[in-house]
Amino acid sequence: MKAVSWTRRKGLKGLLLAGISGICLNSQFAHAQRMNSGRLLSLEDMVQPIVRGAKLVKKELQIEAPILADNGSLVPIQIQVQSPMSEQDHVTHIYLLSQRNPVTQMAMFQLGPWNGSAGVSTRIRLAGTQEVVALARLSNGEFRYNQMEIIVTESSCVDAS
Amino acid sequence: MSIARVQWPENVRSGEIVKVRLLIQHPMDTGYLQDFTGKVVPRNIIRVLTCHLGSQEVFRIEPSSGIAANPFFEFYVRATATAEFKIEWLDDKGVKGQHLQIFNVA
Repeated sequence: MKAVSWTRRKGLKGLLLAGISGICLNSQFAHAQRMNSGRLLSLEDMVQPIVRGAKLVKKELQIEAPILADNGSLVPIQIQVQSPMSEQDHVTHIYLLSQRNPVTQMAMFQLGPWNGSAGVSTRIRLAGTQEVVALARLSNGEFRYNQMEIIVTESSCVDAS
Repeated sequence: MSIARVQWPENVRSGEIVKVRLLIQHPMDTGYLQDFTGKVVPRNIIRVLTCHLGSQEVFRIEPSSGIAANPFFEFYVRATATAEFKIEWLDDKGVKGQHLQIFNVA
């Protein structure tokens, strides 16, 4: 009698363990899937939510960033737009867009004639090798963009665990 | 507790275009990563950061999880007169940060 109850207990324990490990495995897979956002957005998909059909030209905007970034969680990037930054003609917004990150719009900067120069720099996170797009909105409603491929050897989306 | 540091060149003259460097101490948790116990760290990023020079808003950033931890920003501003440089930000936890520094123009 005693032996029977012991095996039953063991069996229950085993079931419980299997259940727990199953949950762990499942969540891990789900997590891996979410991280591996393998779909690369096209330029149209990236810019159209912001541009909305306005005039878009690829000129007079420089991106300075490393071609090869060792660590995706900290990539320095510098944007410079050629603009007189006068009351009539200035850059109003600069957008940083990512092709692969879970959040496409990495940052939005608001500028104006009081800035004197349309240049910003920051440090971004990248989830793998991808094209990074810088988009600038001018005061006349026109958009300028430029893109640069950054090779990332270690994605920002890696767990500490 | 967030801490900000802001830096510009010494001896700024009126009319000059000055490069301002700004560093905020903030974890910028993306909401995708796990901690060492396997729990997902909830998203906590700076939603909006503004810089005022006197009463004029000179710079505004809306970052996302695509901005690295301890965000660093660099931008330019045209110096006109001595004024107070005020940095304010708000994160997902509702924590507001503020930093004040006098912008001296010779």
